[in-house]
Amino acid sequence: MTLKGWNEVPMAGLVLDAGNAAEYHTGDWRTERPVWDEEKCKHCMQCWITCPDTAIQVKDKKMIGIDFDYCKGCGICADECPFDAIDMIEEDLEAE
Amino acid sequence: MGKTLALAGNFAAAYASKQINPQVVAAYPITPQTTMMEKFSEYVANGEVDTELVCVESEHSAMSACVGAAAAGGRVITSTAANGLALMFEVVYIASSLRLPITMCVMNRALSGPINIHGDHSDAMGVRDSGWIQIFNENPQEVYDTMFQACKIGEHKDVRLPVMVNLDGFITSHKIERVDTLDDKQVTDYIGPFETMYSLIDTDNPVTYGPLDLFDYYFEHKRQQVEAMKHALPVAKSVMRDYSKQFDRDYDIMEDYYLDDADYAIVTMSSTAGTTKFVVDKLRAEGKKVGLLKLRLFRPFPAEEVREKLAGLKQIAVLDRSDSFGAFGGPLFTEVRNALYELDERPGVVDYVFGLGGRDINAEQITSVYERLMSATERLAGDVNYLGVRGE
Ligand code: SF4
Ligand code: SF4
Repeated sequence: MTLKGWNEVPMAGLVLDAGNAAEYHTGDWRTERPVWDEEKCKHCMQCWITCPDTAIQVKDKKMIGIDFDYCKGCGICADECPFDAIDMIEEDLEAE
Repeated sequence: MGKTLALAGNFAAAYASKQINPQVVAAYPITPQTTMMEKFSEYVANGEVDTELVCVESEHSAMSACVGAAAAGGRVITSTAANGLALMFEVVYIASSLRLPITMCVMNRALSGPINIHGDHSDAMGVRDSGWIQIFNENPQEVYDTMFQACKIGEHKDVRLPVMVNLDGFITSHKIERVDTLDDKQVTDYIGPFETMYSLIDTDNPVTYGPLDLFDYYFEHKRQQVEAMKHALPVAKSVMRDYSKQFDRDYDIMEDYYLDDADYAIVTMSSTAGTTKFVVDKLRAEGKKVGLLKLRLFRPFPAEEVREKLAGLKQIAVLDRSDSFGAFGGPLFTEVRNALYELDERPGVVDYVFGLGGRDINAEQITSVYERLMSATERLAGDVNYLGVRGE
């Protein structure tokens, strides 16, 4: 993303539109990555409820994966999963 | 024209605030500001204004309430002094960073400690880098007129910055003088309705104030503030000149007194300029080529204009009503001397720190400063002196 000059942005750091959290890719922050084990998953939705970045992807009432554009790697889902279906591993920063 | 009234500086500020009829006033009482807010509360209680008066529990809250009200899109006034301004410090910066045109009267008073309630400029000088426009006033009449100019300058679309209207604590805040006022209608027509930009409560056009702003954009937003300050200078000039034309007054960003053909000058601000004029009159009657430059606008500092005014003088003394401990001279001195650096033939410039904690400055002391300037045989070399302190 190219950053803008001081004369191209709204004054005072004001954000002039609403509902724009989707434009902020918190996936940049990740140092650990949740790894989901489909075999162990019971689709109880605990991870979906507790993920602070709505990064748990769900289709037809089933957990189908994690959106790494937004997953910031906080590990809450891994901690909350009652079935140990999510593991946190170190993010391979070199590979990015 | 309105009535001619006998008003102390604080009542002049309160009366002007009544005529401005701001949407919100949030303030906390502190000597010597208190009587302004007492008077304004009376106007509120009598139903003479439509203002929502927010009685807060501290100055930090006062400025916070002002920031909220101004972000919501209202015209806002507050006032404080000394330790009250110090307690506000954090939010003073936020008000200017969020580009909110708030008007704040500061009845300049010494900062503690030891505790002292009398006048000097240490409070306002403590926030001189905060991004507020700062105007210093000599007497109640100037305070009154500057309140309206402050609205015009701060609210200008190229500026959008808060404005500090400074008056000397007790000396001006409690001194009763003649004030020629304007009619209510003249004031309303002059200031016009407040033009809201980016209202926080406009749900059709939502806006976020104060988001996290890190190394990627904070610097750009600071650069915008620099630009706003640059605009504030020509805007202040034209506002003060237009105001003078419209209401038969004589205001500008600075005032020169017998400066044109002077060889020796004092540069100072606020009420001391009045005493200095008295001394200039006396010395002029004796044929001495002395003059005075009184600065009204201190932020943004009009360096080019100061340089033009002072070029060609032989010796200059700056009278600073605050010190900047450990710096090379008081705040006014460092600005003035810096401004003169570009001149090929620089006048001698010395500093006199005076009047700390409300210590009186009198005509004899000011005369002695002029006498030193006039008797110097060489260009004076930037020394810093303390005028009126014992033990020198
Ligand atoms: S909390 Fe665990 S079991 Fe439940 S849906 Fe998420 S991954 Fe599957
Ligand atoms: S690690 Fe945190 S952000 Fe990522 S999916 Fe789990 S709970 Fe959401």
